[in-house]
Amino acid sequence: MRHRINPAYWFLAPALSVIAIFFFVPVAASVVLSVTDFDIYAVASRVNLRFVGVGNYVRLLGEPLFWVALKNTLYFVLVGGPLSVGLSLGVAVLLSAKLVRFRTVFRTIFFLPVVTTLVAVAVVFRYVYHPRFGLLNYALSLIGIRPIDWLGDPNWAMPAIILMAVWKNFGFNMVIFIAGLQSIPERLYEAADIDGAHGWAQFRYVTLPMLAPTFLFVAIMTMIGYFQLFAEPYVMTQGGPAHSTLSIVLFMYQQGFRWWNMGYAAAIAFVLFTIILSLTVITMQLRGRQSALPNVGTR
Amino acid sequence: MKRGIQGFVLHGVLGGAAFVTLLPLLWMLSASLMPTGEATALPPRLLPTSLTLEHYRTLFTRLSVARYALNSALLASGVTLISLLLNSMAGYAFAKFRFAGRDPTFQTLLAALVIPGQVAMLPLFLMLKEMGVINTYWGVIIPGMASVFGIFLVRQYALSIPDTLLDAARIDGAGELRIYWSLVLPACAPILVTLAIFTFMGTWNDFLWPLIVLTDDRMYTLPVALANLSGEHGQDIELMMAGAVLTVLPVAVLFVALQRYYIAGILSGSLKE
Repeated sequence: MRHRINPAYWFLAPALSVIAIFFFVPVAASVVLSVTDFDIYAVASRVNLRFVGVGNYVRLLGEPLFWVALKNTLYFVLVGGPLSVGLSLGVAVLLSAKLVRFRTVFRTIFFLPVVTTLVAVAVVFRYVYHPRFGLLNYALSLIGIRPIDWLGDPNWAMPAIILMAVWKNFGFNMVIFIAGLQSIPERLYEAADIDGAHGWAQFRYVTLPMLAPTFLFVAIMTMIGYFQLFAEPYVMTQGGPAHSTLSIVLFMYQQGFRWWNMGYAAAIAFVLFTIILSLTVITMQLRGRQSALPNVGTR
Repeated sequence: MKRGIQGFVLHGVLGGAAFVTLLPLLWMLSASLMPTGEATALPPRLLPTSLTLEHYRTLFTRLSVARYALNSALLASGVTLISLLLNSMAGYAFAKFRFAGRDPTFQTLLAALVIPGQVAMLPLFLMLKEMGVINTYWGVIIPGMASVFGIFLVRQYALSIPDTLLDAARIDGAGELRIYWSLVLPACAPILVTLAIFTFMGTWNDFLWPLIVLTDDRMYTLPVALANLSGEHGQDIELMMAGAVLTVLPVAVLFVALQRYYIAGILSGSLKE
């Protein structure tokens, strides 16, 4: 017997309703919110709500602090992202060498920081970075480097946050790269050997091109994740010193949930989204043109 | 001979990297067991002179950490159970039914993955405030009840269930709910375990949303409480480290025990269509 209503709809309804009501509707509402002056008075009573058009966006572009937050976030993405991906790839290549023993043990250790709680880790690193008692400065003093005020110096605070983020994240991409490396057929390396390509040449002309699809995936996911920098500066520096670690999401959080400038904060969220989306599209197109390779999956 | 040297260097580099990776976590554990003041000794100590559990005791007796741990555990389990049910139903439907609008709907969901969660947060907060669930468990649970990633993961896995199996059950007169419950769910067990670990860890570790929604001290999850505590007791290093250990330990143990499933999940998430 066939039901009149396709049973698929009953199976889909709960999950799709949740996603529609609690994700798609808020995203759409966010557009509306961003063209209003929704602030603490409007939280109290909607009577105080006014339409301001692109006012919030105009105000945002004239706000020096927004440009500082954007610059800091780009610093984090453009320096931290490649560092993290590079380290992931390096460790993945080392771990994939045939000589390696205890591979699972190493993999588990390198992956462990990924599953740890970011807030807890940020608290730990605050002390690792302590100018007087911290382990890092102590280790550096052993090789004759003078103490650095990691989180107190505007020039060092962002590098310190990047260092921690790379430590915490590299294991994730490493696992994906290991799988990508395993999917490269052994015969390609044998052919390269016969053609006289060894070591670096093999890596450059066999491994890297074959990893291109994996690389693209990893690069985009890392970029999207790094643009959403929040908990590290929130816990370690509150965006300081001198706004040197203020990120876009932290700026949005402060405007929206500390000062209740929700219309303004919605505009910030949208600018962030626009940046992420355009960079994702650009990256995909650049890579798409470069590699006309057969689509080798990551597994 | 050359291979021997290569192997030695390779393992030396990997071992060094593993040590540096573990060091912050080991120091966290070690400092949490040090008597007060020892973590600020000069030169820094790696190991405690004598082991003490006083900081853990302080956390439980004076700082109601048990309450925060309970909040975290309840929220993580609640979100995991509910979303597992909803995502598996939807994933199964996308994989095994033909219906109008199936492919466009699925494509739309996937495309929505590029929208960062922060875009939805402000209106979502106002919605939940209208519903009166701010500062309740529901404020965290409701938006986590279903996820595109979860649906995607189950759908990819459920594609491999043979149609003949489902049709045979239908011919035998089994209802759709029964087929889902006694055939599809068991067949999807491995991916459901993966998804459960992912969701549990994600909710346990989440910070921004609980920080926004849970405004009352009694409702805090461990990460929110820890961030709050580090403002007040920041100079109490050993105490803070004990708090960090309690926050990290459950997820770390869970990962080490079930890492096979966890890593399988990452790989199927990164799999290309």
